[in-house]
Amino acid sequence: MRTQTEAPAVEPRHARSREAGVTLDGVAKAYGDVRALADVSLRAAPRETVAVVGPSGCGKSTLLELVCGLLEPDAGVLHSPPAALMPQRDGLLPWLSALDNAGLALRVAGVSRADARAAAYQHFADFGLAGFERALPSELSGGMRQRVAFLRTLLAGRPVLCLDEPFGALDALTRAQLQRWLAGALAREPRTVLLVTHDVEEAVLLADRIVLLSPRPGRVVAELEVPLEHPRERTDPRVVELREQALGALGVV
Amino acid sequence: MLAAAIVIAGLAGWEALVRGGVVDQLLLPAPSQVASALWEDRDLLGSDLAVTLQEVLVGLLAAVAVGAALGIGMHVSVAIRRALRPLVIGSQAVPVPVIAPLLILVLGFGLAPKVLLVALVCFFPVTINLYDGLRRVDPDARKLLRSFDATRWQSFRLLEAPAALPAAFTGLKVAAAVSVIGAVFAEWAGSDAGLGHALLTANGQLETPRAFAATFLLFALAVTLYGAFALLERRVVKWR
Repeated sequence: MRTQTEAPAVEPRHARSREAGVTLDGVAKAYGDVRALADVSLRAAPRETVAVVGPSGCGKSTLLELVCGLLEPDAGVLHSPPAALMPQRDGLLPWLSALDNAGLALRVAGVSRADARAAAYQHFADFGLAGFERALPSELSGGMRQRVAFLRTLLAGRPVLCLDEPFGALDALTRAQLQRWLAGALAREPRTVLLVTHDVEEAVLLADRIVLLSPRPGRVVAELEVPLEHPRERTDPRVVELREQALGALGVV
Repeated sequence: MLAAAIVIAGLAGWEALVRGGVVDQLLLPAPSQVASALWEDRDLLGSDLAVTLQEVLVGLLAAVAVGAALGIGMHVSVAIRRALRPLVIGSQAVPVPVIAPLLILVLGFGLAPKVLLVALVCFFPVTINLYDGLRRVDPDARKLLRSFDATRWQSFRLLEAPAALPAAFTGLKVAAAVSVIGAVFAEWAGSDAGLGHALLTANGQLETPRAFAATFLLFALAVTLYGAFALLERRVVKWR
């Protein structure tokens, strides 16, 4: 099933680079004396989901902000088509309804309020949000807030999605449900995805490839292919083995 | 319930103190005397209340307009912030009783000096709270809007302005509570009507029950204005 997610207003602007992937070559970034990233090279092919895993404070969020153009690298080369950010905490605006939050990127792109709502509304049933169109974020559960935030990111109509620990703040049960749900949503709406997480298992369940970063300043210590079909089960021996392999590369096991 | 009981107990204690002759009735009238003064002088006090109410409302309106413009201006422009912040803060160091007579000399006995003094007292909480509210925006939300390539105006309209509303209402409520101070000082400096004027003449005639009745009306005015803004806040800021 294919659904339309691009707003007509933003389509032409990004069309030329739609099939390009994300490339980082020797990228470094420091905040004053604190070096967040040192010499990071990675690439994500079009429609590939790449998980970036590393310990807390290894510059994962900085990496996404670089890809989204919110920061400029101090050194190295970065190429990316326009990217949409899903910040660590959902970043929903508390005074907007779920529908208006989901359509926020469209509003900023100049789409009228009515059209933005109509575009967001088409997805509410698929996203398990039917009936909550008018609800304020404070009236939604944590899992629903993340789904609204993800829909907002998707509706930005950009070829690259940068997801910053999308399920980090959720309880284990909701997280497991949403991981399954996200895998399904990405199968329906393939995009180039950079998924930052500190959860190795989440990376194995969702990504085509896993990039492992060292503690600060972050640099790539290993890359793992995940050649498994979806849906993946966390009890699958191949999933377990990849998870242990990744933990080993991070020096945990 | 408990609050009502405390008020009633306080009033009863006050009444007993005065009736028992512990304090001179000329200095402190009993609540029942204040209440009867309120009733007997209702025509006089009513027209004074209308005068003061007008001064306070027009002054508050001016304070909100000027205060909001200053708060937004200081937020948007560094030059405006640097130029005006010392003036805005310094304006609150000016003693109202001292400049009130000067304003009357310059602007006459009419409405203008009263409105100006009310506005001078009230614009500060509006400006400072709005300014702080505009600055205290969730950094994640700011990043998000930047990642959508939002313009400065879109960030203001979609993010900063709504985010600052609760703080702006705090400013309005503080302004409402202190607004009558400006009106009373202005009336004391020169006027022929208003609750401040009534207070002054009643004091001069040793009509302490009427002075207390006028004070009670000032008190009620401030509480009502505060309540009106609090009510408006509940209707506007629904996400809190």
